[in-house]
Amino acid sequence: MAKIQGLAQAIEDLVHDGDCVAMEGFTHLIPVAAGHEIIRQGRKDLTLVRLTPDIVFDQLIGMGCAKKLVFGWGGNPGVGSLHRFRDAIETGWPVPLEIEEHSHAGLTNRYVAGASGLPFAILRGYFGTGLMDRTETVKTVQCPFTGEKLAAVAALNPDVTIIHAQQADRAGNVLMWGITGVNKEAALAATRVLVTVEEIVDHFEPRPGGVVLPTWVIDAVAKAPAGAYPSYTSGYSDRDNAAYVAWDAVSRDRDTFRQWIEEHIVQGAPAVSS
Amino acid sequence: MSTGAARIEQSPGYDPDDMMIVAAARALRGRRVCFVGIGLPSTAANLARATHTPDLVLVYESGTIGAKPTRLPLSIGDGELAETADSVVSVPEIFNYWVQAGRIEVGFLSAAQMDRYANLNSTAIGDYDHPSVRLPGAGGAPEIAASCREVIVLIRQSHRTFVERLDFRTSVGFGEGPGDRARWGYRGAGPTLVITDLGLLRPDPETCELTMTDLHRGVDVDRVRAATPWDLAMAKDLKITEPPSAEELTRLRALQATQDR
Repeated sequence: MAKIQGLAQAIEDLVHDGDCVAMEGFTHLIPVAAGHEIIRQGRKDLTLVRLTPDIVFDQLIGMGCAKKLVFGWGGNPGVGSLHRFRDAIETGWPVPLEIEEHSHAGLTNRYVAGASGLPFAILRGYFGTGLMDRTETVKTVQCPFTGEKLAAVAALNPDVTIIHAQQADRAGNVLMWGITGVNKEAALAATRVLVTVEEIVDHFEPRPGGVVLPTWVIDAVAKAPAGAYPSYTSGYSDRDNAAYVAWDAVSRDRDTFRQWIEEHIVQGAPAVSS
Repeated sequence: MSTGAARIEQSPGYDPDDMMIVAAARALRGRRVCFVGIGLPSTAANLARATHTPDLVLVYESGTIGAKPTRLPLSIGDGELAETADSVVSVPEIFNYWVQAGRIEVGFLSAAQMDRYANLNSTAIGDYDHPSVRLPGAGGAPEIAASCREVIVLIRQSHRTFVERLDFRTSVGFGEGPGDRARWGYRGAGPTLVITDLGLLRPDPETCELTMTDLHRGVDVDRVRAATPWDLAMAKDLKITEPPSAEELTRLRALQATQDR
């Protein structure tokens, strides 16, 4: 059963140095507030996992929280590069970053296998690409029925998965809707699960396309209003596109970046765009 | 991208991006289902909807199927896409049931580098372990390249983007030539059209090598040869692209203006 607790306590209880931490949210429901709490608590040597690492991963990487990144596409959506991610890979600043990269379909299926309790998943892909040689968790498998050769990807079972959702009820059941991405699979693949939510309600209203994660697969629920900012939470807040554009300039320079983190994350000033 | 309003005042004509978008929109005439990313492909697909193919089904990687945005989305997970979609599905579903199963007719791709067999690099420039420029990476591209029934590539034509040898092969066109796609078990036809700022290229039916089939108005053969590091194959009956019509440009400007809303 999920404990409803404060975000700082939940991160302290569930995220440890050296853990494999998946933080999902495919362009929506991104657990930014939780990422900031990880920075504040100074976690180190994390293996961070996400299909689409964007600003909050740039911040975690730039602060040296990660030793490894497992990912599919690392960019500032609609803007360009992630400069801290690039600096870490191109020059090893502030610490060298090992990478394991996949296609979105491949990493997605790693979660699916993990959530299914299977050792691997199969897909038609990877052949002919350079990813095949560079990624240990991709191999070839032959279909026992047709003989077809297919790509196999190893199951991914993070130590902890963190996702953001619209609502939890008082028992700790979680409801999310809109673009839910790979949130359900990432949660069910993990040993421990933390969900940050916009609001805690007495009862859920039925929602078209709504996904409910029952309380008994979740370890902790923490209230984090606007917890996806500058991304958005359908029904609660809009994406702050200006903040994504502004991040480009902030993150280009190491000192400007550090100062921004100190002001907005460590000191806890609200991270609004000017 | 600058705003529509400012551009109309600046220039009654069109720029190379406009030509690429219009050419891509025209390639979607009469098509049913299109997989789109943000930027030029999204603009092109929405221009096709606004002009000749209103029923074109737009599928975005975020899981939105049949999105009908009234303004150009800023990310593939824009709330507008989910709110206007026929169906919103999970990411595992979009790749496994919709892309891999061959339900997407046309997929768009772009890249930092392309070779003569339309293989694409969006991973890194330079050595993989010590890249001079680390690019975002594969994202959805490898499976779009493998399993969409056809692929349209949008890329500028220059020595920077057209290369003899990719620094990294992120997604496949035709590999090293005929037979490679079949050997890999890929069911899509691969890139059937490459749209550049200079013209259009299509794979040779025999060799799979990209052949320049159309030049945009004002572009000559010397210019495309100068922009290409290999001995570029030229179609015998080289055509000239129709420039964007007044209607296409008006609709395009109207779409671009929605980005400011």
